Amino acid sequence: MDGVHDVGGLDGFGAVERVPVEPVFGEEWERQALAVTMATHAVVQEGAAVFRHGIERMEPAHYLSSSYYEHWLTSAATILVEAGVTSQAELERRAGGPFPLSRSGRGTTPHVAGPRLEPRFAPGDRVRVREWHPRGHTRAPRYVQGKRGIVTRLDSPANLPDVEAHGGGQVPLPTCSVRFSARELWGDGGAEGEAIYVDLWEFYLEEDR
Amino acid sequence: MRDEPHAHRAAPPAPVEARVAAIESVLVEKGLLDRAQVDAIVEHFEHNLGPMNGAKVVARAWVDPGYKGRLLADGTAAIAELGFGGAEGDHMVVVENTPTVHNLVVCTLCSCYPWPTLGLPPKWYKAPAYRSRAVREPRALLEEMGTLLPPDTEVRVWDSSAETRYLVLPERPAGTEHLSEAELSAVVTRDSMIGVERL
Repeated sequence: MDGVHDVGGLDGFGAVERVPVEPVFGEEWERQALAVTMATHAVVQEGAAVFRHGIERMEPAHYLSSSYYEHWLTSAATILVEAGVTSQAELERRAGGPFPLSRSGRGTTPHVAGPRLEPRFAPGDRVRVREWHPRGHTRAPRYVQGKRGIVTRLDSPANLPDVEAHGGGQVPLPTCSVRFSARELWGDGGAEGEAIYVDLWEFYLEEDR
Repeated sequence: MRDEPHAHRAAPPAPVEARVAAIESVLVEKGLLDRAQVDAIVEHFEHNLGPMNGAKVVARAWVDPGYKGRLLADGTAAIAELGFGGAEGDHMVVVENTPTVHNLVVCTLCSCYPWPTLGLPPKWYKAPAYRSRAVREPRALLEEMGTLLPPDTEVRVWDSSAETRYLVLPERPAGTEHLSEAELSAVVTRDSMIGVERL
């Protein structure tokens, strides 16, 4: 989905605010958020794709105004409610106030020919990222869709998140790293001497003839 | 009639502490969350995972060319030689900085990060400012963060959007020839292994 999480290349977020020393967990509730997230994974038995999509479905203003561990707890709560483990009303009663969950509407599962372990592409192949802007979860960032690059490394097959996130099960497909020049991605705004390597499922790629 | 300009707005969310406690209490009551087990896992994150592990990998590569070769050829296996591996580190690729190439790691879609070698990511790595700019203007971003690269150095940005996680192998700083492997590991910083710093 072209969601608020897909920030690669966006302007306007300002300077990176780095602090020299940072504890692993700044506050106790962040530690609890990690614990709750791990427990949710164990209860619902769903993979990272479902969890990430739960974050991506957050109301955009909420996503941008909350920290990463709040994203985690919002996705965990959403998944638990959708799985019927609890309800939003019950969570709000216990929290003593509104408990915003992610939006419903989990997208649809794309048609995929089926599992495949043999790679279609080889290092050096010229490829183009399909441009299809799916409504559901994907790991093809918007900033590379429609762009041309070169396969530089083949990686292990992995379950296609676009299917797994929507309850479609596990469909392993090859993954690879694709090199894009900054000029290809950003046109005249891209600098010489900069290259961006993005790891992509072959499902996202087509031959660039 | 009283003026209530904000009456149409939704009430603000309950404090985040109250929300996380609400989920936790549901899970505990249903027997779905074992506090002792979770505490052990959280402590593992706090004490066993972190950049001190990645620093050992880098120091070994600096002193042992054979290890460096294996590390660049198969990061996962070479890192496992030092006892590090597991979730978010099952598919490791190590990218080497040289005088002509500088590497930078980001996850634009979320916050993927090599947990076994670097631990959990710092806040700035997860924030939109870093994630948006690292792929758009990496050289300018690095300069803003205090790392000025020579103009002819190629910048390679690695967006870890699938299963692979990346570790940058920084260049060994000049003047460290006399240091032991253990002393060298103390020179290696987290930020140099993400690529936002040069040693």
